[in-house]
Amino acid sequence: MEALLYQLFSGLANGIIYGSVALALVMVYQATHHINFAQGEMATFSTFIAWALMQAGWSYWAAFFITVAGSFAGGLLVQRIVLRPMEMAPVLTNVIVFIGLLLIFNALSGMLFDHAIKSFASPFPKNSWFATKYFSAHQLGSAGVLLLVLGALFAFFRYTRVGLAMRAAAQNPDSAKLVGIRVSWMLGLGWGLAAAIGAVAGMMIAPIVFLDPNMMGGILLYGFAGALLGGIDTPLGAVIGGLVVGVLENLLGAYVIGTDLKLTVALVLIVGTLTLRPDGLFGRKVVSRV
Amino acid sequence: MKPFNRKWIWLGGALLLIVLLVLPFLVKNYRVFQFNMVLVYAVAILGLNILTGFNGQISLGHGAFYALGAYTAAILMDKLGVPYGATLPVAFVVCFGFGFLVGFPALRLAGHYLALATFALALAIPQLLKHKQIEGITGGVQGIVLTKPEPPFSFRFLDQPFSADRWLYFFSVAVTALMFLMAWNLLRGRVGRALIAVRDHPIAATAMGINLPVFKSLTFGMSAAITGVAGALGAIVVAFVSPDSFTISLSIFLLVGVVVGGLASIPGAIFGGIFIQFVPNIADQFSKSAPAAIYGILLIGFMYLLPTGVMGGVYKSWTKLRARTAE
Repeated sequence: MEALLYQLFSGLANGIIYGSVALALVMVYQATHHINFAQGEMATFSTFIAWALMQAGWSYWAAFFITVAGSFAGGLLVQRIVLRPMEMAPVLTNVIVFIGLLLIFNALSGMLFDHAIKSFASPFPKNSWFATKYFSAHQLGSAGVLLLVLGALFAFFRYTRVGLAMRAAAQNPDSAKLVGIRVSWMLGLGWGLAAAIGAVAGMMIAPIVFLDPNMMGGILLYGFAGALLGGIDTPLGAVIGGLVVGVLENLLGAYVIGTDLKLTVALVLIVGTLTLRPDGLFGRKVVSRV
Repeated sequence: MKPFNRKWIWLGGALLLIVLLVLPFLVKNYRVFQFNMVLVYAVAILGLNILTGFNGQISLGHGAFYALGAYTAAILMDKLGVPYGATLPVAFVVCFGFGFLVGFPALRLAGHYLALATFALALAIPQLLKHKQIEGITGGVQGIVLTKPEPPFSFRFLDQPFSADRWLYFFSVAVTALMFLMAWNLLRGRVGRALIAVRDHPIAATAMGINLPVFKSLTFGMSAAITGVAGALGAIVVAFVSPDSFTISLSIFLLVGVVVGGLASIPGAIFGGIFIQFVPNIADQFSKSAPAAIYGILLIGFMYLLPTGVMGGVYKSWTKLRARTAE
């Protein structure tokens, strides 16, 4: 029982991380209806920047906020420069460009910060008052951070004019244009937000898995699985999906299939969700007109 | 505009044949090995191009079919003692079956989702190959070491011995020619037009009487089969398979090859093969990360400037030139 509980909780802790990656994916999907394959590498690159800032003597939180702001600007720039000319292009073109971005960001991390594995500091000291038997301080802390991000996003989309405009631009670009929303900039904003969330996720993951250019490879896949399971157009669903994936992965890994097939769990989840329930557990059914 | 003279085609063909025959004796053994890899990649890219270029189904996981073909060949040769030539048809059939099965869920997935599902497949495949339960057959993390087939006869030409690699070169040329001929025959007629119709407008294609599910899953099977043959040929040429040679990078490289050679172009696959074999070697001299960066920049650059790839560019300038000389 003790062991089961332990596995369950450590699954939840992983799930929090997958949830935050899933959240970033959902942000781009909502804004552009594209699945960003470069999300993981972008987040890794952001994390490297935070690491470099901390190496230069900055305090954790200063580095954290500068990185988040920088990532927002970076994501916006990537959309403006690289993806804007491709807005009307077919899906294949977009996927190829995403793969191109993935390779470039991966190479940039490797070139600027080399391939050696680095440790990344956690902002939550080991013996904090909120550390418990089942959750370490870092796990609880990153859960708190994720909840904050989720709450802020909800408030942003629900209560601000820009958030409303972004939703409108995603749902019906033509009508949104007619009422004076700059749809193209809204897409850019979506990319910026996704890059910022990715940066937060990266900085929360790095203390656990250590920092190297390929840090996000497997995690991105779990993020995908979580986002699809929860429904790729619902932020809350994506977070819940991430949690479910984390728990499933840990329990199956510990009791059923062993740790060396964990990525296959994600594969099965992705293919299973897409074929059996393509809208996810919480997603809305999309009906398209011929 | 003058129709193309038949005499010139024969002459060009004969010249190409002579170059292909003499080429391996003009260079060092290691270069011959690299040429073999170019052919292997060209066949793999051809397979992916049928699916992605002609049929518009995006696969980021063709490395998985390549791996399946390679392991099929390696296991047959190592465990069952099957002669290497006979492993290729088996790899073809096995990969066709597997690709056909993967094609079924793919019917329900369009665009990004298919890319995502195949991306997951490519990420998971090294883990599956390393799995303990099948370690007895696959050799686990160590993989399987094979021996290169000996040439059936020996002679010297231009002061170079007829080595195993040179023999494999001719073997690969034959296999590559066969695969390209097959793809060309498949794509030039009714089937090819149907595939393109499905890519460009699925609803209109259905209205024209094309059975969408059958065509899509058969294309997936065919594409996987050709890439699987490339994998088997690769296993014979390299004489070694291991899970870590079939990571996600392989799948991405194949996609790069398709894009550089030209989407929906059969001869483009050769350019793609040359590109992914030699460009990383050159770029590697500058930095460890350079090949990936160059690939990434080229992928985006090609999408902007030359969306039809090298072959499309060649074709375009050729028609322009002809139009000018005809005036």
